[in-house]
Amino acid sequence: MIELKEIRKSYDVGKQKLEVLKSIDLHIEAGELVSIMGSSGSGKSTLLNIIGILDEYDSGDYTLNDTLIKNLSERKAAFYRNRFLGFVFQSFNLLSFKNALENVALPLYYQKVRRKKRNIKAMEYLDMVGLKEWAEHMPGELSGGQKQRIAIARALIADPKVILADEPTGALDSQTSFEVMEIFKEVNDAGKTILIVTHEDDIAHKTDRIIKLRDGIIVDEEIAIAS
Amino acid sequence: MFDYDKWQEIWATIKKNKLRTALTMFGVFWGIFMLMVLLGSGNGLETGVRIGFESWATNAGFMWGNKTTMAYEGFKPGRYLRFYNEDIIALRENVKGLDKLAPRNSLGSWRGGNNVFRGNKSGPFNVYGDYPDFQHIQIVNMVKGRHLNDYDLKEKRKVAVLGQEVVNVLFKSDEDPIGDYIKINGIYFKVIGVFKSLRTDEMATRDMQTVYIPFSTFQQAFNYGNRVGWFSFTAQEGIPVSLVEKNMKDVLKKRHHVDPEDHAAIGSNNLEEEFGRINGLFFGISLFNWIVGIGTLFAGVIGVSNIMLIIVKERTKEIGIRKSMGATPLSIISLILQESIVLTAFAGYIGLVLGTFLLEGINYAMEKFDLNSDMFAHPGVDFRIALTAFGILIICGAFAGLIPARKAASISPIEAIRVE
Repeated sequence: MIELKEIRKSYDVGKQKLEVLKSIDLHIEAGELVSIMGSSGSGKSTLLNIIGILDEYDSGDYTLNDTLIKNLSERKAAFYRNRFLGFVFQSFNLLSFKNALENVALPLYYQKVRRKKRNIKAMEYLDMVGLKEWAEHMPGELSGGQKQRIAIARALIADPKVILADEPTGALDSQTSFEVMEIFKEVNDAGKTILIVTHEDDIAHKTDRIIKLRDGIIVDEEIAIAS
Repeated sequence: MFDYDKWQEIWATIKKNKLRTALTMFGVFWGIFMLMVLLGSGNGLETGVRIGFESWATNAGFMWGNKTTMAYEGFKPGRYLRFYNEDIIALRENVKGLDKLAPRNSLGSWRGGNNVFRGNKSGPFNVYGDYPDFQHIQIVNMVKGRHLNDYDLKEKRKVAVLGQEVVNVLFKSDEDPIGDYIKINGIYFKVIGVFKSLRTDEMATRDMQTVYIPFSTFQQAFNYGNRVGWFSFTAQEGIPVSLVEKNMKDVLKKRHHVDPEDHAAIGSNNLEEEFGRINGLFFGISLFNWIVGIGTLFAGVIGVSNIMLIIVKERTKEIGIRKSMGATPLSIISLILQESIVLTAFAGYIGLVLGTFLLEGINYAMEKFDLNSDMFAHPGVDFRIALTAFGILIICGAFAGLIPARKAASISPIEAIRVE
């Protein structure tokens, strides 16, 4: 599903170049539940941005769902983001002036799905994360766990190939984190490929495979036995 | 492009920043409001002055005899020039481009002693001997009866056309002057028509203190022989009055043995030059109004642009989130552009409506209290100009949104992930 070959990425810092990713090779099969670990500055966020087509890479090849993701136009990138990927963020990133239902339906809006159809589908996904009764509520009226569940419903609604989660439990207490991870597991059991960036060991250990990153290279990989 | 979701979003942003939106919109509102008021007042000024001119053919000229200043063909300087009926025929035959030629004689004045009588009523009025053609030179509004015609002239009928002021003095309000008789310098004339002036104020009053009688009747009744007081005339369409004027002078100088270089011997003036000056003046005024109005409008539009930039800055994260959900740059641009256009168009529309209301209100009040004068009358803006201004406004709104929209489209979706 995800195939990275000798991916390099550097940023210009003044006159010097800061190498963030130094030849990353990574292969993730369809249906895997993978976590990426690393301290801050290890390059894990940059890696996630590249996989999420939010950032470009300098050299190498990135293939997503048998499609080479390289030198895309803004429009093409937007299209692949919409069709292939679903994002879950640490700070939820719900639109504050839209209610839960509208937030979930947003990716379908960019697929030009009719409003009525969109809302029916959004309601299904809200039901799936157990928040059907909260459909009309604004994000400000919801707890952190509820917000993240809405964000997950939003990531899933367009039926993407891969779910990318950036510290999805970073702003949640351990009980809620656990619940969120349960949802991820359910989604994964249903066959979705999921990639989670985290620095929490116990979260990482709930995934099938842990990739450890340090100073822009993959230093360790372990196959965890799902507890 | 204009779907429900975008309207909802525009509404959401406006609701979130009521004061800021209101202030921005006020800028645009004020711009278009000022433009409307300036243009409307300019129109009022112009209409006022033009009404004063409306009663005259715009290509009219006048010519009269003065004293000669140069000796010529045996005549001494200082001779007083007089024109006669033969000059009328000569001018008609020899001057190209001459359209109407109306020789005139006059008697009395609104400043002089009483010269027009009816029973025991009398008043001082201007009495003119005129050709029927004169009604094409000074245009009046006939309220009763008719103006002079060719038969009156040919048959030297003793008929008179009175101004409304004359009627007011000589007749009671319930009397019909038509068919009745008035006495001018001891001679009776039958009233055949009553006219009102097209002008306003004292000018109109003065116009209407006038009695027109046939030119031929005038000469015979008041012992003018075949003398002509002065000429009034118009040029044919497309021919400058000044040229006709010059040709007429050449003909008259030749007939009356005046040195061709003696420019003071025949006096003349024409309305063309004055019209030219007035047109120039009003062109200047309206140009000034447009520049000031558009400038004000422009300032308002820049305000909108600035606010949109701030809005884009504030919505950086939201735009990033949208992009990560698959929003194309085009959809982001249209979002910001639409908001900007809606803001400007709505504010401008209010300015347009209020400006029009104000002008119409002033117009109504002036009409009601009879305040229209030859300085200011019927202020108002042409509907087409208002529509043009509205079109300009929408284009301005689009331009105001363009820079912020492009900035918004270039926001990287990484912004959405960055945790502050």
